[in-house]
Amino acid sequence: MAAVPEVIPYPEVRRDLWRPLERTGRSYSIWVIILLAIALWGLSCWGYQLYRGIGVAGIRRPVFWGFYLVDFVFWIGISHAGTLISAILRLTDANWRKPVTRAAEAITVFALMIGGLFPIIHLGRAWVFYWLIPYPNSRLLWPNFRSPLLWDLTAITTYLTGSTIYLFLPLIPDVAQLAEHASGWRRALYRKLSLGWTGSDREWHALERAMKLMAAIILAVAISVHTVVAWDFSMAIAPMWHSTIFGPYFVVGAIFSGIAALLLVMSIIRKTLHFERYLTPHHFNNLAKLLLLMSLLWLYFTVAENLTVWYGNEPKEMAVFGDRIRGHFAPYFWIMVVCNFVVPFVLLGIRRLRNIRTATIASITVLVGMWLERYIIIVPTLSMPRLAAAWGSYSPSWVEISITGATFAVMALLYLLFSKLFPLVSVWEFEPHPAEQD
Amino acid sequence: MAIDLDRCTGCQACVAACHAENNLPLSDPESAAKGRAFHWIRVDRYYEGEFPSIRVKHMPVLCQQCDEAPCEPVCPVYATYRNDEGLNVQVYNRCVGTRYCANNCPYSVRFFNWFDPVWPEPLPLQHNPDVSIRMTGVMEKCTFCIQRIQRAERDAASEHRQVADGEIQPACVQSCPAEAMTFGDLNDPESKVSRLAASGRATRLLEELGTKSKVFYLERSE
Repeated sequence: MAAVPEVIPYPEVRRDLWRPLERTGRSYSIWVIILLAIALWGLSCWGYQLYRGIGVAGIRRPVFWGFYLVDFVFWIGISHAGTLISAILRLTDANWRKPVTRAAEAITVFALMIGGLFPIIHLGRAWVFYWLIPYPNSRLLWPNFRSPLLWDLTAITTYLTGSTIYLFLPLIPDVAQLAEHASGWRRALYRKLSLGWTGSDREWHALERAMKLMAAIILAVAISVHTVVAWDFSMAIAPMWHSTIFGPYFVVGAIFSGIAALLLVMSIIRKTLHFERYLTPHHFNNLAKLLLLMSLLWLYFTVAENLTVWYGNEPKEMAVFGDRIRGHFAPYFWIMVVCNFVVPFVLLGIRRLRNIRTATIASITVLVGMWLERYIIIVPTLSMPRLAAAWGSYSPSWVEISITGATFAVMALLYLLFSKLFPLVSVWEFEPHPAEQD
Repeated sequence: MAIDLDRCTGCQACVAACHAENNLPLSDPESAAKGRAFHWIRVDRYYEGEFPSIRVKHMPVLCQQCDEAPCEPVCPVYATYRNDEGLNVQVYNRCVGTRYCANNCPYSVRFFNWFDPVWPEPLPLQHNPDVSIRMTGVMEKCTFCIQRIQRAERDAASEHRQVADGEIQPACVQSCPAEAMTFGDLNDPESKVSRLAASGRATRLLEELGTKSKVFYLERSE
């Protein structure tokens, strides 16, 4: 599996990778229509919620946060695919990364766009969400910088801006090439996006430097973003939220689910766009190993988190702990353990079993498991506040389920549209020596 | 505020009075089952001992008006803050509905408007004009009947005098038939509530969290 990737002649690379931009199959249009329908359904559900009130969701006292916050953490987690893979591999000059980075960076941007919507969907009065932004106003009102939600807003907008730039930078040489070959509106679009790129020595140099710099910045931002997301919970004094390891625990979980998302997207791209020669078993093997590593790290954090609570035996925390391990939430908890640890460990840990298909299966279970993990972190704690008289339960309403489902459709839709505009595998990085071309 | 648990009979008069005074939406069994009921003050019951020698402790729980309120720092828009009298107040107009404050309240005394409130006729006619009706999507909670505090302060100011001890009575205090609840100025060491708070029986709910709450519970005697 670890064979050296074959060297493909550059014109052939270009032809293969540009093919999806030029030709659109029937199934593509069908998928777009289906996904668009689901997305519109989700949008109308949101409209209904805005019109009637947030009460159409299943959240209630004391579980004030439900599916929306689970989805929020989940999607922000997915967004870590791009940053980790691409930034770390770029910084360490790992050569095998080249065909993987674009797909990863696109996941980041789209997942962030979706994840960033959830805190707004979840607001009681979503129409005044901009009150969280420190904009100049006649009443001289500031937002509260002590609130983790404000850190969140700051972190996510920074991350979205940064990762958009980070996606865009390596696109420049590609769109410049495309501008030469395309016609009509595409030509105009690519022209605009290429920012007058001519491919001179100086430009290559500047681009290299900018990408390196952005890789370093985005890495720091990514880690801080998910730490801040974790702090939304751990800054609260609720039982089993108020934990010091939540920051790194969430970062690990985010990278874990991010790699799973990337593996899934890659195997879909490989199949549907026939990129078998570019996304080789070598890439899947490397990413699968990374997924396995993250699975073990995740297990370590999960054990550390739960063991200390159990050993400490503090009644308020034990109520939540018990409900997770053997109570109402136990099925979810143990499914999560199977999905996040048992399946990846068996399928990817045993070398004979590790291939593209098993890596895809494992990444699907990891995605399910990581969604459940967020559910298990958020809901049990809220349903068992400190005063037992206020204990309650939660089950999602059809509105929450619809909106959750629709975001997956939106993700796929954005990806499909992106695949028609830009090559999903970076083309120029296959050029033998880009810096010496000129 | 001081609440004498020896005197509380769990009659729920405070709950009813609070509903009437503060324009709370009706809470029926249906909304309660959905977790959508509103009770700015509630009576928690604790059972001690084994049947048949059981003792029930009734504990009215309302916003504890903490000095170190966990709900305050987490609000991104300052919709909840402590005013200069030490009250933990909620600005409905400013609230965007993140519900973070309610998650971080260890006493679970915050309530959220899931929908615009509705009252069956003719109940809208008995709304208290001194208390605003809350719109959908905002948080609310016990205010210590701030409208009564302000009225008493205005009355006293117009008569050029200080507010007398016991002059202000929130609806729950006023309606308590057992006179279990006492309201007053904790900053005045001579006030009745200060003396009760300094008595050996006074404890605070979840005191270990260091919230410095301003509701003192006088423990039941054996």
